[in-house]
Amino acid sequence: MSAQPGAGPVIETVGLRRTFKGRGGTVEAVAGVDLSVAAGDIFGFLGPNGAGKTTTLRILATLLPPTAGTACVAGFDVAREAREVRTRIGYVAQSGGSYRESTGREELVIQGRLFGMSKADAGVRAVEILEALDLAEAADRTCATYSGGMRRRLNIGIGMVHRPALLFLDEPTTGLDPQARARLWEEIRKLRETGTTVFLTTHYLEEADALCDRLAIIDHSRIVAEGSPTELKHEISGDVLTIGVNGHGDEVVKLLAAQPFVREAGMEDGLVRLFVDRGEEAVPAVLRLLDAKGLAPSTMNLHRPSLDDVFLKKTGRSLRESAA
Amino acid sequence: MRVFRDTWLIFERSLVLSLRNPVWVIMGILQPILYLLLFGPLLTNIAKMPGFPPGGAFNVFVPGLLVMTALFGSAFVGFGLCDELREGVVERMTVTPMSRVAMLVGRSMRDVVLLLAQGLILVLLAVPFGLEINLGGVAVAFLMLALIGIMMSPVSYTLALVLKSEDSLAPVVNGISLPLLLLSGVMLPMSLAPDWLQTVAKFNPLYHAVAAIRALFNASFGDGEIVLGVVLLIVLAVATIAIGARSFSRAAA
Repeated sequence: MSAQPGAGPVIETVGLRRTFKGRGGTVEAVAGVDLSVAAGDIFGFLGPNGAGKTTTLRILATLLPPTAGTACVAGFDVAREAREVRTRIGYVAQSGGSYRESTGREELVIQGRLFGMSKADAGVRAVEILEALDLAEAADRTCATYSGGMRRRLNIGIGMVHRPALLFLDEPTTGLDPQARARLWEEIRKLRETGTTVFLTTHYLEEADALCDRLAIIDHSRIVAEGSPTELKHEISGDVLTIGVNGHGDEVVKLLAAQPFVREAGMEDGLVRLFVDRGEEAVPAVLRLLDAKGLAPSTMNLHRPSLDDVFLKKTGRSLRESAA
Repeated sequence: MRVFRDTWLIFERSLVLSLRNPVWVIMGILQPILYLLLFGPLLTNIAKMPGFPPGGAFNVFVPGLLVMTALFGSAFVGFGLCDELREGVVERMTVTPMSRVAMLVGRSMRDVVLLLAQGLILVLLAVPFGLEINLGGVAVAFLMLALIGIMMSPVSYTLALVLKSEDSLAPVVNGISLPLLLLSGVMLPMSLAPDWLQTVAKFNPLYHAVAAIRALFNASFGDGEIVLGVVLLIVLAVATIAIGARSFSRAAA
């Protein structure tokens, strides 16, 4: 029933496009997106608000027909075989999905029944999920009484009732406090252990970095980069090494810039700043070189480049600024 | 069949939610009761005027009140849907294999059950005032009330799916239901109206529903308005359900 791991991608899109007709003419919300998501991955779709993340997600979840291109989800075409797709995916919208005046248990049970479970099976499954998500005590209270984090966990629970092979999460942690966010990350990681593929959108760099096996960066309706967070960061700038040099700056820069493992060297705020391919190899090499010249450094600091550096490089602006 | 099972599930869920927070249900019955108590007695004298239909004041007035209850009990149901839309409930259910028709009909069935319960309370309260009842006639009359609910609630749901907010929905629903009400002869029989107004009213299905239900309460089963009213409501109900179900399947987009 579900896509077999290793039997090809769970999501595959080719030239996916979606336009909306607005007052000011046609707006292209998704402009030719090619994606491939492997089974079992947590795949992140990272980009600022309005980049086309939610539109893409809604196409993949059968909520919106594409204007052009194709999307295959769990082995079926989203436009022509929507029903087949729907039985195999879970979808948790940004707006939630649980009703204020229903109880957590009621929402889980009816969701199960809408997927064809018997009343008894749906009841058992609801208890299972309520316990797994630490909501058992709140099971028979209306959702209106839940905290933001509890409500978000319930919504994800609703999306998992029928044990889908693939779960879509639209901005799962937006608006949550850091503690509730960390809690939700844990739940999402647990899904990976059960073999569920997770496709999530986010505009938080930390979230994409902490959670995702692979990610695609989308900006202005187009994918600008794709890979694992580590690959992406490595591809952009390697590592950054800053060295405190006690006034021998020019000499040190001149010496290090000539080394083959240094891409770029410069001075900034009294510190020598090196861009290197592999920081962990560069540190001992730099130490040896400086020692040999009697220029022992006062401090050394190795930074990993952040996804913000990646975004900056690919789009020309910072995601933090775009999100604000 | 999936569609029946899903319809029942949505009906059950909607009914539980309505009864959990019955403000709307109570409001819906309070208004006609006030009309019955505070307006009905005014009609006892008017009923003697020439041109007033047969059957006595309450046999003319209560059928009108029943139609009013059915109209208001179904025309405003879209408000609850706006709430569910905002919380993502409709979208969440759209991404299940459930029947799209069931999304509409399950909710409409709940609306019909509630308005029939309201109608029953109203009839029982009106008997001491002098309402005369023919059981067979009342049964058919309630069938017609159900048809009004089945016809009107899809209109309200469709508007809610398009407009998405209570603020935009309120004026539209009022703009539709008020003329329907005024042109149905609910408050005063249309036989008292000038010719042009009577002509306009004949294009209103609820006018025929009111006329038919009055005939049913009076046990005038030969009255042509009964068949006309029932057929009209069935045809319109089929049309609005078709439109409403379509709106639900497109709601997500």
